[in-house]
Amino acid sequence: MARGETETAAVDPDDPALVLEGSHEPIDTGELEVNAGLVESILVGFIRDELTRVGFEKAVVGLSGGVDSSVSAALAARALGPENVLGVMMPYRTSSAASLSDAEAVAEVTRIRTTVVEISPQIDAYFERFPDADRTRRGNKMARERMTILYDMSAVEKALVIGTSNKTELLLGYSTQFGDSASAVNPLGDLYKTQVWQLAAHLELPEQVISKPPSADLWVGQSDEQELGFAYSAVDRLLYHLVDRRVGIDELVEMGHDRGFVEAVYRRIRVNQYKRRLPVIAKLGVRTIDRDFRYPRDWGV
Amino acid sequence: MVPELAMTLDHPAIARLAEASRKVDLVCGTVLRSNDFQYFNAAIHLHAGEVAHVHRKVYLPTYGMFDEQRYFADGDRVRMYEVDGIRHGILVCEDMWHLSTSYLLAVQGVHVLTCISASPGRGVLAHAADDDLRSVAAWDGLCRTVAEYTTCYVVYCNRLGYEDGVNFHGGSSVHGPDGRKLLDAEEERGLVSVEIDMREVQRQRVATPLLADERVDFTLRELRRIVDEQVDGPY
Repeated sequence: MARGETETAAVDPDDPALVLEGSHEPIDTGELEVNAGLVESILVGFIRDELTRVGFEKAVVGLSGGVDSSVSAALAARALGPENVLGVMMPYRTSSAASLSDAEAVAEVTRIRTTVVEISPQIDAYFERFPDADRTRRGNKMARERMTILYDMSAVEKALVIGTSNKTELLLGYSTQFGDSASAVNPLGDLYKTQVWQLAAHLELPEQVISKPPSADLWVGQSDEQELGFAYSAVDRLLYHLVDRRVGIDELVEMGHDRGFVEAVYRRIRVNQYKRRLPVIAKLGVRTIDRDFRYPRDWGV
Repeated sequence: MVPELAMTLDHPAIARLAEASRKVDLVCGTVLRSNDFQYFNAAIHLHAGEVAHVHRKVYLPTYGMFDEQRYFADGDRVRMYEVDGIRHGILVCEDMWHLSTSYLLAVQGVHVLTCISASPGRGVLAHAADDDLRSVAAWDGLCRTVAEYTTCYVVYCNRLGYEDGVNFHGGSSVHGPDGRKLLDAEEERGLVSVEIDMREVQRQRVATPLLADERVDFTLRELRRIVDEQVDGPY
């Protein structure tokens, strides 16, 4: 089970092969280290350009207290000025108190505006009708509820929603489709989780935001790494070679990665491809959107 | 989008730029439509109100993030041309990555090789390049190498800004015929200038007579043999 989507859970966390490659000692992710100053300047320019070219000056970010949304908020604040960024905190009644206080700490250092929209009333009202719903359904519902709030806030603010999905979770499909994965502009989608941590340190975000175990906090005690069945450092190192460097599976095994781990991750990337694309359109005519009607997103702006 | 953006050389936009070229020569990129409706990724040198030269991009990248062969026809020539006694050659972006193009211009005696590009910035890993994007460092090395080993001035102009999440990182430069970087526009948008002197080309070609010693017939014979062997060899 991921941050939702049981149907895509390809990794069995109880598989001993997966628990966990390199969990006994810190995994060296030095080869993934980015030039953080350069990344910051590219992403700040990217946010500013993508918003202003379509006539926007403001951004809305869902502020969870986690490292991804903190980095997105900090980048947006640098790009647009903190007064033009609204961080929206959307706790549910079981959300960890630390999530909210960490989000507040991030708002303080980035000087962005904030608002709190509790989601307990609508979530509880909905699941009163479905008391047997499992935590994945509940987690997905919360993620999608938060998405609709962000888009509603963006209409109030005349702002665009800044995304917080990193490359690791996009590749693994570890997100709720149309939930936390939804945004107008995503500055983090080409950064692995360990690189987001590195950027967070460079941006001088609060220490507790960087060092705490990553969690979607959709239910009490949820942990990304436990749920995924491996450490981010291990999977990022693998993804870097598999995706960025196009190293084949046999060669990855030769390099010392566990075959079961490599194959499980590769399968997970494949089965979650649909989440990274628009809904598939049945082709009928001679010119079909996303197939032979091909234009850049920034077409005409 | 390509057919919509394409123009012919009599387009008013080109006429306007040509008019401006009475003050200073211009090299600009465009999508050129031929009269048989092929579309070329092209560069135009405008001089004294006229089109001095058109280069149609030969190497159209169609890999990774690039799609050019889907939309463009490929050019089939790399020609030296003279303007006011100075021998010029133009390449567009990917052309430059094929060393044959700069070699062909060099053996035609070019003094100034101009390359325009819209090269996407990529590669942010700390170990890949010191302080720059990997792509910026690669271009810098390429321009320096081509300048030094063709003993030409290499004038490189790269796009800035963003499009569809892609950043264009500038890094426009001028390298002298000894490979020294004479101008680095870095990431700044604006008009930059540096003085270049054809006597520098002459001096460099005396000091390092790579071109005078170049054996084009030998290269051609070996290339012919290689092609023949490939054609005659097992498929």
